[in-house]
Amino acid sequence: MRISRLITIFLAAALLIGACAAPAAPSVAPTQTALPTPSGPVTLTVMTHDSFAASKEVIAAFEQQNNAKLSFLKSGDAGAALNRAILSKDSPLADVFYGVDNTFLSRALDSDIYEPYASPLLSSIPAEFKLDPQNRALPVDFGDVCINYDKAFFAQKNLPIPQTLEDLAKPEYHSMLVTENPATSSTGLVFLLATIAHFGQNGYLDYWKTLRDNGLVVVDGWEAAYYTNFSGSSGKGAQPLVVSYNSSPAAEVVYATTPIAEPPIGSILGKDTCFRQIEFVGILKGTQHLALAEKFVDFMLGVKFQEDMPLQMFVYPTNTQAKLPDVFTKFAQLPAQPAILDPAVIAKNRDAWIKAWSEVVLK
Amino acid sequence: MRFIAARDDRRPIGAFFTRYAGVWLWLLPLLFLGLFFFYPLGAVFHLAINWAFTQGWSVDVWEQVAHPLLFTVWQALLSTLLTLVLGLPAAYVLARYTFPGKTVLQVLTTLPFILPTIVVAVAFNALLGPRGVINVLLMQAFNLANPPLQVMNTLGLILLAHVFYNTTIVIRIVGSAWSQLDQRLEQAARVLGASSTKVAWEVTLPLLRPSILAASLLVFLFDFTSFGVILLLGGPHFATLEVEIYTQALQMLNLPLAGLLSAIQLLCTLLLTVVYARLGDKQPIPLIPRLQGEGTRPPRGWRQKLLVAGMAAVLLALLVSPLAALALRSVTRLDANRGERGPVIPGLTLDYYRQLFINQQDSIFYVPPVQAARNSLAYALATTGLSLSMGFLAVYAMRTRSRRWMEALFMLPLGASAVTLGLGFILVFNRPPLDVRSFPWLVPVAHSLVALPFVVRTLQPVLLSIPGSLRQAAAVLGASPWRVWLEVDLPVMLRAVLVSAILSFTISLGEFGATSFLARPEYPTLPIAIFRFLSLPGALNYGQALAMATVLMAVCGISILIMDKMSV
Repeated sequence: MRISRLITIFLAAALLIGACAAPAAPSVAPTQTALPTPSGPVTLTVMTHDSFAASKEVIAAFEQQNNAKLSFLKSGDAGAALNRAILSKDSPLADVFYGVDNTFLSRALDSDIYEPYASPLLSSIPAEFKLDPQNRALPVDFGDVCINYDKAFFAQKNLPIPQTLEDLAKPEYHSMLVTENPATSSTGLVFLLATIAHFGQNGYLDYWKTLRDNGLVVVDGWEAAYYTNFSGSSGKGAQPLVVSYNSSPAAEVVYATTPIAEPPIGSILGKDTCFRQIEFVGILKGTQHLALAEKFVDFMLGVKFQEDMPLQMFVYPTNTQAKLPDVFTKFAQLPAQPAILDPAVIAKNRDAWIKAWSEVVLK
Repeated sequence: MRFIAARDDRRPIGAFFTRYAGVWLWLLPLLFLGLFFFYPLGAVFHLAINWAFTQGWSVDVWEQVAHPLLFTVWQALLSTLLTLVLGLPAAYVLARYTFPGKTVLQVLTTLPFILPTIVVAVAFNALLGPRGVINVLLMQAFNLANPPLQVMNTLGLILLAHVFYNTTIVIRIVGSAWSQLDQRLEQAARVLGASSTKVAWEVTLPLLRPSILAASLLVFLFDFTSFGVILLLGGPHFATLEVEIYTQALQMLNLPLAGLLSAIQLLCTLLLTVVYARLGDKQPIPLIPRLQGEGTRPPRGWRQKLLVAGMAAVLLALLVSPLAALALRSVTRLDANRGERGPVIPGLTLDYYRQLFINQQDSIFYVPPVQAARNSLAYALATTGLSLSMGFLAVYAMRTRSRRWMEALFMLPLGASAVTLGLGFILVFNRPPLDVRSFPWLVPVAHSLVALPFVVRTLQPVLLSIPGSLRQAAAVLGASPWRVWLEVDLPVMLRAVLVSAILSFTISLGEFGATSFLARPEYPTLPIAIFRFLSLPGALNYGQALAMATVLMAVCGISILIMDKMSV
């Protein structure tokens, strides 16, 4: 059985080759240090969702000012990231968690993962965003889930753009709307909440029945809805109406192939057609770097980061002192009357609502 | 033999290893499986049971289980059958004939395997969607008002996507066995008066049975645990067990139900593997495998030429055309004048590729394409090395041990829910030295768990086909065990080793779920970079995603080509 020895050699060689080919990190990337030396920078780990983004320069400024290294741990979409934080709460993977929104807020607060922190910057944030009176979760940004429409389609067909939720159920808009499954997509869930806020817990299912009979298309997530079904995006799908965000028109301008003067899509901003989503940051219980974590929260609520956010993540700053970039003021509009529901009510009914919705729309 | 024994007597440590090699040989892959598979999975089940006891069990369990289970089995059976219908003739043609462009065709048919589902959804939409190439052509040709093909979000599209993804498994595994069949047996049967159909049924198929069974099992398990295809192409009306686990575990945080569903999924895998082992027990008579290339020749006569051309055309239409649509879309500008609402004037452009090198928003998470490709390749190489070494140890161990139980063990990772395993990794690997945050090795480890069943299934039938008499003959002629392995085992297994290497390599290159979970944001792979573009609106993001997907295909294609060439 000398073969085994050969295999051992082969194995060792394979491991060696693997080790040599270890993934290359960009030179600017923060590297994890297990034990920070007194003089070296302290590493602060921030757990967040896949959509988190920020400018190099802004992050570097924080690192320099505080002699710190920021390490980001991305953990799937907002729901998955939160569940990861909850499941690892006994030995936390990070110091700060950013990205829980008002639809998940109660789950986060009930799981007791946050350390309260009354940041001095909260004074610049309007009260409507501060949903946790104990300041365990602090509002960083907001945006509205709205319906986007394909401008060219409605112009060509000479069809008026629907203005209300009721309009969408009319026969002239048959099979024009694509939405996301609330069981697998937060965007879809938020739109479901808008209809519940508008029609009430007793009326929303009847509304969805009429939508279903009016040729509603349901897909699993935002990417599929926007890029394969929506006719206004580059995917050139079949539906001219999609459940997306009020900032999407601005993003279409920023990310146009050739500079364009007008976005090809618009948002429907009628009463309750949009639902406000607010995202929060919080310090995770058990952090070894409480002071630094507090500084990072201040930094996220501060003007520099708040002004960087819109073009990175296409969300609005909560800090009233932060100025919006031009594309936002020109092409993205805030709805006058977004739909709102109490996070505690959402947490209590979420699963039942999704189940009832599935029974009506998917079966 | 006496000489060897005498030498071993003088080296007691060597003798010790030689004697007990059989013991620790199978311990290593088992340890690997235990640490990285059973331990995290056990942690999830433990937690699920705890939650079930503390929070009670409220849902109507049977209803939640039965429906997805039935659908999962049904679609997996159909998909596997269809994959075999396409894969077996393709394997035959590629194994028996040489023709111009064969190598390229072989590489192209492997590419679907690596594409992330979201990219496949985009490709299918570009081809089959309401405004896809085919519908537009049909509408123009027959002057139709509405697109005639309505396949999006149907069971048909799920099946098509599964065939698209998995045909390469059949082509690679069965094809490699087919090219090594001893053709003299078939020739002898023909000489003795058997019709070609009779030869196929009574000689060729029985001889190919182990590899066909192995390929079917792998394809079935892949379809059985299908997730992205169901979600993205089937739409929300269809739910497999894996989709249900994902929803329950990550969206609803209903761990008890998610745990129960994954346990059922694992149980089904175990059952299937046991059935497979029983079927595989009836080994055909051991035959001397032939060397590669012996039986291949150019097609002769119009019938054979038609067969080869027809098969190539079918493969191109089904497997390659979506890839081509994707690559074409990545160099097409569709929205130049959209802002002005004029007619779309399509033009060719390399803008999307150029943009890949520009960090437009100065984001900290920007990754240049070359670096994403390097990360992907590094992970893929590490995965290939790890799964091949573990796989080799495992198949040699299974040859000597009572192997049936181990076989089932090594198939289990394929039937395990990726979501559940991901949760397990979080639960157990959160402190040094095995820390999700600082241990980049967890990515190739997770990929290897998926690749290992492929390696084992590919290597094992070939290893078993080597008759003992061949080794004994070599030993009698004075070859050392090492030389026997080098000159008997290895040449026979070389093709299977190549197939395993290509499969593990491509599995790692295209994997997204575990990578996004375990990889640090500074080491993004190509699929992760594709997702980053697709998560923001804008024509440029869409174009860059397609450009990055084309880069992924190119990187994979070139790598496979190199591996194919190296083995010749």
